[in-house]
Amino acid sequence: MSIPGKKTLQSRRRFLENISRAAGGAALFGIGLGLYSQQSKSLPSEAIRPPGVVNETDFLSACVRCGLCVRDCPYDTLKLSKLGEQVALGTPYFDARDIPCEMCEDIPCVKACPTGALDPELTNIDDARMGLAVLIDQEACIAFQGLRCEVCYNVCPVRDKAISINRLHNNRTGKHALFIPVVHSSDCTGCGKCEHACILEEAAIKVLPVKLAKGELGHHYRLGWEEKQKAGKSLVTPDIEHKYNLPEGVQYDYEGKGLIQPDSGSSTGSQRQPGDSPFNESALDRLNKGRL
Amino acid sequence: MKMTRREFVKNNAIAATATAAGVTIPGIKDVLAASEDKIRWDKAPCRFCGTGCSVLVGTQNGKIVATQGDPDAPVNKGLNCIKGYFLSKIMYGKDRLTKPLLRKTDGVYDKEGQFEEVSWDEAFKIMAVKWKEALKNDMAANKGKSADKITSTVGMFGSGQWTIFEGYAGAKLMKAGFRSNHIDPNARHCMASAVGGFIRAFGADEPMGCYDDLEHADAFVLWGSNMAEMHPILWTRITDTRLTKKDSEVHVLSTFKHRSFDLADNGMVFTPQTDMVILNYIANYIIQNKAYNKDFIGKHVNFKKTTTDIGYGLRPEHELEKKKTGSGGKLSGISFEEYAKSVEEYTLEHASKLSGVPEKNLLRLAKLYAHPTKKITSLWTMGFNQHTRGVWVNGLMYNVHLLTGKISQPGNGPFSLTGQPSACGTAREVGTFSHRLPADYVVKKKSHRDLAEKIWDLPEGTIPGKPGYHAVLQNRMLKDSKLNAYWVMCNNNVQAAANLNEETLPGYRNPDNFIVTSDPYPTVTAMASDLILPTAMWTEKEGAYGNAERRTQFWRQQVAAPGEAKSDLWQLMEFAKYFKMEEVWPADLLAKSPQYKGKTLFNVLFENDQVNKFKKQVVMDDRGNSYQNDEMDDFGFYPQKGLFEEYRRFQLEGPKKGHEQADFDTYHKVRGLRWPVIDGKETLWRYSEGYDTYVKKGEGFKFYGNKDGRANIITAPYEPAAESPDAEYDLWLSTGRVLEHWHSGSMTRRVPELYRAFPDAVVFMHPDDAKARGLRRGLTAKIISRRGEIECQVETRGRNRPPKGLVFVPWFDAGRLINKVTLDATCPLSKETDYKKCAIKIEKA
Amino acid sequence: MVVKKINKIIGQDAIEKKGWLQAHKWLLLRRFSQLSILFLFLSGPLFGIWIIKGNMSSSLTLDVIPLTDPFVFLQTLFTGYIPELTVVTGAVIVSLFYFIVGGRVYCSWVCPVNIVTDAADWLRRVLKIKTSLSFSRMGRYGLLTVSLVLASITGMLVWELVNPVTMIQRELVFGMGLSWLFIVAIFILDAFISRRAWCSHLCPMGAFYSSLGQFSLIKVNAQNRAACNDCMDCFAVCPEPQVIKSALKGSADSSPVINSGNCTNCGRCIDVCAEDVFTIKHRFVNSNLLTSQHEVHL
Repeated sequence: MSIPGKKTLQSRRRFLENISRAAGGAALFGIGLGLYSQQSKSLPSEAIRPPGVVNETDFLSACVRCGLCVRDCPYDTLKLSKLGEQVALGTPYFDARDIPCEMCEDIPCVKACPTGALDPELTNIDDARMGLAVLIDQEACIAFQGLRCEVCYNVCPVRDKAISINRLHNNRTGKHALFIPVVHSSDCTGCGKCEHACILEEAAIKVLPVKLAKGELGHHYRLGWEEKQKAGKSLVTPDIEHKYNLPEGVQYDYEGKGLIQPDSGSSTGSQRQPGDSPFNESALDRLNKGRL
Repeated sequence: MKMTRREFVKNNAIAATATAAGVTIPGIKDVLAASEDKIRWDKAPCRFCGTGCSVLVGTQNGKIVATQGDPDAPVNKGLNCIKGYFLSKIMYGKDRLTKPLLRKTDGVYDKEGQFEEVSWDEAFKIMAVKWKEALKNDMAANKGKSADKITSTVGMFGSGQWTIFEGYAGAKLMKAGFRSNHIDPNARHCMASAVGGFIRAFGADEPMGCYDDLEHADAFVLWGSNMAEMHPILWTRITDTRLTKKDSEVHVLSTFKHRSFDLADNGMVFTPQTDMVILNYIANYIIQNKAYNKDFIGKHVNFKKTTTDIGYGLRPEHELEKKKTGSGGKLSGISFEEYAKSVEEYTLEHASKLSGVPEKNLLRLAKLYAHPTKKITSLWTMGFNQHTRGVWVNGLMYNVHLLTGKISQPGNGPFSLTGQPSACGTAREVGTFSHRLPADYVVKKKSHRDLAEKIWDLPEGTIPGKPGYHAVLQNRMLKDSKLNAYWVMCNNNVQAAANLNEETLPGYRNPDNFIVTSDPYPTVTAMASDLILPTAMWTEKEGAYGNAERRTQFWRQQVAAPGEAKSDLWQLMEFAKYFKMEEVWPADLLAKSPQYKGKTLFNVLFENDQVNKFKKQVVMDDRGNSYQNDEMDDFGFYPQKGLFEEYRRFQLEGPKKGHEQADFDTYHKVRGLRWPVIDGKETLWRYSEGYDTYVKKGEGFKFYGNKDGRANIITAPYEPAAESPDAEYDLWLSTGRVLEHWHSGSMTRRVPELYRAFPDAVVFMHPDDAKARGLRRGLTAKIISRRGEIECQVETRGRNRPPKGLVFVPWFDAGRLINKVTLDATCPLSKETDYKKCAIKIEKA
Repeated sequence: MVVKKINKIIGQDAIEKKGWLQAHKWLLLRRFSQLSILFLFLSGPLFGIWIIKGNMSSSLTLDVIPLTDPFVFLQTLFTGYIPELTVVTGAVIVSLFYFIVGGRVYCSWVCPVNIVTDAADWLRRVLKIKTSLSFSRMGRYGLLTVSLVLASITGMLVWELVNPVTMIQRELVFGMGLSWLFIVAIFILDAFISRRAWCSHLCPMGAFYSSLGQFSLIKVNAQNRAACNDCMDCFAVCPEPQVIKSALKGSADSSPVINSGNCTNCGRCIDVCAEDVFTIKHRFVNSNLLTSQHEVHL
């Protein structure tokens, strides 16, 4: 039989060995895990967070992966990331091409969140910024070719604000207009209805994380017309009235149209009206205008 | 270069590897190009709306694998809308019908039985039995009656999507063969009011102008048309003019805000039915301000007064019909002054008050029309046509253009747009309406019937003189057992006709009736029928369509139809083989043409040395490609060509001028021609000197459809809608289409991408209206009228933004049949249903 | 000292003496508890009967009572995030519960991973597999520390990126991803590599609940320890056998209460004991409240 003191010493030594072994193993594991966690922070661009996620890092610190938001999503839009998926394990996200966010007015997912990972201060769904739609492939988008599609515009729940239609002359056909969808980051919630509905094989419009989608104007420059609109007036006192040397009947609009000549009748290709004549002004007027 | 599939796969693999490795292998590119080369391209008009875009159809191994907008087509220059983009997919829905289906129990036909596959012969035999029963009863009932008195219990509901040949064959089979005028096209729901308006004002159907107006006008006014969605390509032309032409402007009027308002310089939302008030106000403004064209009016216009308080085309026992004091559309001549007086009450204040449109907007619109030089094209579709005063309101539009003489010139004119690919070319032109014969002739006039009987080589008195049942009446007569053998072709009327529960389904399921539906897909109409015939569609047959600008476009058959599906043309002609003349005509009629005794109906109608005049041939294009023609193979002659050339005799031999088309072969060489085609030349603006050969030098204008060459300005007062909101049913319901889907969605909803783009019908409503009913966006609402109810989701943020008090529901969704809710009130003159106005209430579901 | 009874299954004496059912009473009760809890979570998604929504990390019962896993909650706190009241309430409720009934009751009565590791241990016994690799029982405390430190450094719930326990629970309820691989891995680990490696050596959740249950009121008590016939079945079946020794074999004046927080209150020792040595009681029986003995780490 061994001496009691020795036994205590032995067991203490074993205990300390044990601890250092455990601590060393755990520390090594911790380093690996820490590195892995940094990688998992990068959300894949096709995964969109539910409304109320302001910042991915904040979200990952707050979300307990309980799935209550998923359960309360009436459209089965949200899902929890499973092992093997690119999204941080167990966190809620959606794939817009698959099922987009329907932008419920009462935002049940945010209400369901017990931790506030989905910001409870988000009460108007229009303020959500889940991502930003980007018309990413203008070559494939048939609207840019002049076809009448505009499905993205038509399905947009914040239509005319988040997506508007820019009409341009179609130089190729010469007589049709192009109806070009334009996304406005000021109002796009990133719901993904546009990406979902895009009729192409691969969507030409995609919702991306705002960080990826957004450019930023140099801090040294302002857009003059926007500043003027913000201020509600010119930042520098407008000019005193301009005056010009002009032939009679001709006006000059400093602000807008520039030179305004008197109405020279209808535009090109005009048909003669019954009882109408191209020579219906007095000879003198005509001569004085100096036009042939 | 011929390649086996194996070689192709191999070469592809080589190419892919080479590309990945950044290597160019000489010759490989050519090999790959060859597979693309193997696609055969040929032209065809788009299957959908009345715009008439041309597409190139790519066929490979007997399947349409691709389409492209036709860059050489003047209408669309290579462009398409989203529906046209998916044309190659419409024929390949998973549930295409490939065999005739008959309701049976224990192996025999039973109205309450389950659908079972049958052969074409069995299908036609049971059909012939039912038809012969009906014909026998008809002959007994008509004994001793003259042609203008006879009646029939056989009916057909045709289509503005029929090819020209099919429409013509259908009209001939019904009117000459079965001696029944109970044939009407679905164009009754769509263009009948426009037809009525044209005939009353100009004595001839269809617009005077053409799409070139869209570049030449200074201003566009949309009346009850959402061209931005329904005529997408034409809208790009208007938009382009608006963008590029100095001082051009766009005015849009509707009962709710829609996509076309996006371009509007002057957008106006008016209270339903008050378009009549606004139009009368404009006429009044023009007169008050002496802006009318005195010279034009003096030379080219008559003033007429119409009968008023004419009811709402409901069943005679309906309260509203009992109250009416007038009926019909009889016109009497009046003076300009009398006309001026008739519109005097329509002042700016009055118009603004009734319509709800602010005075300044109305004034701007009136000033536009009154402008001495601005060229104005007014455009409309269903807002005017589907209107209980549809003919009147079409006429009021013409009044404005006629008063100012802004008509029949480039950029100037009233332009009635069509919704179907061949509402003009087929439905209106070849005599598929219950009152019409080919080329603007009518059954009511003996001389017209004589002409038809002469061309068709029929004994005198074959064609009945009484106009048949129109679309709405057909459903009522089915319900009342007065129409017993009924064939629905190329349309989906159970989804389209208003008041489904009370007036459509009872007739279809009436045990006295036998209902046949021909369709490529199992539509709700097919489901309601007793026999379903599988039909070849679009480029599975040779065809021809006529668009809204009088452009006739042909196409060749590109692919075979799946299974045993057959074209409507084949069905119409083949069915005629099942009748001996003795079974369809009474002895006294047959005695007048003894040579027909013992013959079949097919012999008489289609083997008359005209339809079968062109022998079987190989259909070739000028690039050396050959095309199949299943009907030609089956019948042994070229029926499309024979039918078209026989139809052209109506244009050339009758007293009416101005509807001439080119010969059959020419159309296969062009991307459409705008009739009248005189000496190979198209007509761009009818009734106008220089553009129209029928207007002599010095005449300026001649509205030669009317005997005196003058157009009619016809009075039409404002009369209220048939059903307006009240305390209980407190909302207006308007129905219509959306860009992504066409009509009942039987084709477009089978294209996955289009389905995803707009899956189900929603109710577009004002957010306040939704809120007041405890609803919000995304919740399900019940839409209830006195006739029925449906459920659909609420949309308050959509493309259509109705004012408070009005909702809009599209009708493409077979799962949400809004025609259970709509009212079957019609324009009493055109018999066209008003799908834009009825009273409903909405509750939370 | 101890005669190993070769070829005799553990608890055979108990079965013979008390009958099979009585000798498996606590095991059956635990399985019932584990499966019913899982069923409560699944009845919503499977049958539309929503009793508990969410998963074991955080849930809402009958749309009213929030329940939150205090370990996950603690990690959240360590990230520096100040959570909403709901989740705080939920964590407090759950903590109180386990504080009373014993922290590791979570492991043996709730956590579905326990079924996997019990099965692995059973297989191990049947196949007579001997340990070939040993982990320190302190490892779990190391991992617990790591999980909290990492949360605090990265500001993220880093452990939850790999936590097999919450992952398996979540994917059982929300649809299986690849976490079944973890189930297999834990099973292999426990069955073939190291006895009770996961639950008793590595799982930081277990470590957390051990700490939480240190002072719990409900404890296993070897009150009839005089009757012990040294069959050693309790040691063989216990997932944390080191906790038994001082209660069962301590000096006469020592407490018969198994005071260690590592005891999962699974009751298997009661089941397998033919002599009814053990029972479950509140901790104050025969015990000095202040005497919380140091467990011996083997």
